[in-house]
Amino acid sequence: MIRRTLGLGVAMATFASVASFSAQAETVKIAFIDPLSGGFGAVGISGLKQYQYTAGVLNKEGGTQFEVTGYDNKISPKESLIQLKRVIADGIQFVVQGNSSGVANALTDAINKHNKRNPDKRVLFLNYSAVDPKLTNEKCNFWHFRFDANADMKMNALTDVIAEDKGMKKIYLLGQNYSFGKAVAAAAVKFLGEKRPDLKIVGNELHPIGKVKDFSPYIAKIKASGAQALITGNWGADMQNLAKAAQDSGLKIPLYTYYAANNGITKAIGAGGVDRVRLVAEGTTNPPMTEKWRTLLQGFKAKHPNEDFTQTRITNVMSMLKKAIAKAGSAKPIKVAAALEGMEHKAFWGDTVTMRASDHQLQMPIRILVHTDKGIEFDGDNSGFGLLNESTVTAAEASTPTSCKMKRPS
Amino acid sequence: MAELIIFSLLHGLVYGLLLFMLASGLTLIFSMMGVLNFAHASIYMLGAYVAYTISQYVGFWPGLIIAPVVVGLFGALVERYGLRHVHKYGHVAELIFTFGLAFLIEEFVQLIWGKQTVGYHEPAVLAVPLFEMYGQTFPAYKAFMLLVSVAIFIVLLVVLTRSRVGLIINAAITHPSMVSMLGHNVPMVFMGVFGVGSALAALAGVIAGPSLGTSPGMAVLLGPIVFVVIVVGGLGSLIGAFVASLLIGMMTTFAVAIDYSFGQFFMDVGLNMDPDGVLSDLYTVTIAQLGPIMPYMLLVLILIFRPTGLFGTREV
Repeated sequence: MIRRTLGLGVAMATFASVASFSAQAETVKIAFIDPLSGGFGAVGISGLKQYQYTAGVLNKEGGTQFEVTGYDNKISPKESLIQLKRVIADGIQFVVQGNSSGVANALTDAINKHNKRNPDKRVLFLNYSAVDPKLTNEKCNFWHFRFDANADMKMNALTDVIAEDKGMKKIYLLGQNYSFGKAVAAAAVKFLGEKRPDLKIVGNELHPIGKVKDFSPYIAKIKASGAQALITGNWGADMQNLAKAAQDSGLKIPLYTYYAANNGITKAIGAGGVDRVRLVAEGTTNPPMTEKWRTLLQGFKAKHPNEDFTQTRITNVMSMLKKAIAKAGSAKPIKVAAALEGMEHKAFWGDTVTMRASDHQLQMPIRILVHTDKGIEFDGDNSGFGLLNESTVTAAEASTPTSCKMKRPS
Repeated sequence: MAELIIFSLLHGLVYGLLLFMLASGLTLIFSMMGVLNFAHASIYMLGAYVAYTISQYVGFWPGLIIAPVVVGLFGALVERYGLRHVHKYGHVAELIFTFGLAFLIEEFVQLIWGKQTVGYHEPAVLAVPLFEMYGQTFPAYKAFMLLVSVAIFIVLLVVLTRSRVGLIINAAITHPSMVSMLGHNVPMVFMGVFGVGSALAALAGVIAGPSLGTSPGMAVLLGPIVFVVIVVGGLGSLIGAFVASLLIGMMTTFAVAIDYSFGQFFMDVGLNMDPDGVLSDLYTVTIAQLGPIMPYMLLVLILIFRPTGLFGTREV
């Protein structure tokens, strides 16, 4: 009896929200499912603020109004599925998530299944940061769109830079022990093997994600291996602790990273990492390239003095979603998804990006940024240090092929 | 190779001694009251947070002294007004009480200080490298951690074996009613031990906070390992706790350095292993990856072959 009443209640709530949507046809709700507590909470909370700020900027331009609500998944796939049920019960049809490919893998499966079973209550998954290549290859589906370059694309760009350094003979790989960390390691081995067969990988190691507080033993091992550079995909607390241990132990080799900036990391690296820590990313804030981008970044800093706009791709997610809703003339997920396919878009910082229809992987130029204190307009953690654009790999060069066989709903 | 061994030894020592500071209080409380204090690691966390708040106003050094005292008093109050009342309902009730307390402290910490890591840093004096060897530096703060924990060990040992207070405590452990007949206030001794145990845990938190990060997850991360330490060392044995702490500290640190896997072992004895075989996930696991579960494997082995622990006298 209770279950039936509950079901009825949920159904009515969904109906009510759908009804109110068609009445106003303006406010689109977005569910942000990411960690808002724990060791990775800092990254999640900062991401949510960036979404909400971007929504505010776009809302001022008129048209579709966005409202972004946070759902704490504690970085656990299980918790994420519970939150997804809440999201669906709340009548929200757009899910954004990025932290942890483990979570993204669980969400994309659950959403695909849910959409098959409930064609009237479909949900669209906009992945802004989970970069496991599988998500747009063997596990691709029509409801998943990725706005970040996947681990292969980033490694492709990163290894281009490493390959040019002829003195580089020994490389160490260290990553978190889950799908993303493994994907980074596999990509590094593959691309380095192709581009520089003479280069030796002296260590390929995975550590438990979020469990290591003191990386000193790992640093001692890296040092002993004689590595000339370290490649790591670590993020959040794992990157911060790694940077701290490297600093404490005086590890002076170059660090090639995916996420070694902001949320306390830039500050932890400080002066010791100047011209030594590099990061591969899609957008750049130093220099900001366009006036429009500079205005947004300044506005964000004014509103959140202790935060940085760390995930530039978030602006692509929101503006492309807005464009797709306008193009489709509806906020129905199936129509929005169709409108997103193949969409070309000019990012805030002036790059042209394209949503590849065959696998829903955004194609974009990729940049190598370097940690420095010279020429920095937007620093990280208010430390005076920040990321400067060092080189750019074009969208065509960074692109990697896909094995996705997209099935579109009829 | 030599540099790896030296630095692993040092890091293992720091971690092991940190474990000891937690385990010593826990094992004292256990031997006295027969209660496994589940809230012990939470009190360690509380120590770090209280010290963080104090350091915001008056700096790191006063925090190092004040925080353990404050948290120690809190522990004594918990014993006086909580545990003592629950005591008459038996050990299970006490166990559940400390279990509930652990959750309470964790929620309380999140309520006051938030869910994120707080910026608790080492003082500038200690934020420098102490010495350099093979191009690798050892931070002064870690040396300071070593120093504090060794000092605590010596003080505890002397107090327990050489002083009158130690005499009374030791007697109260085995013959509480006799000690009380002789005119000593046994409940007061219990309260004192619980308070001192809590203060030790808090001190461990204060010195670990800047090095390992001060976040609401720090209790959960260390709590289970501390239980392993006192079971392996023998419940109630201070020497046992010391040896087991170092053993586990060294074990987890050295494991990281070893890239040897079962697959390699089989290869070495002449078996040919297919790197893409069905069981490859199993035999490609290296010792380094097994590191985090090794203390628990040790726990199981100890419980099977020597249930009293290395230095204990009673069974778990």
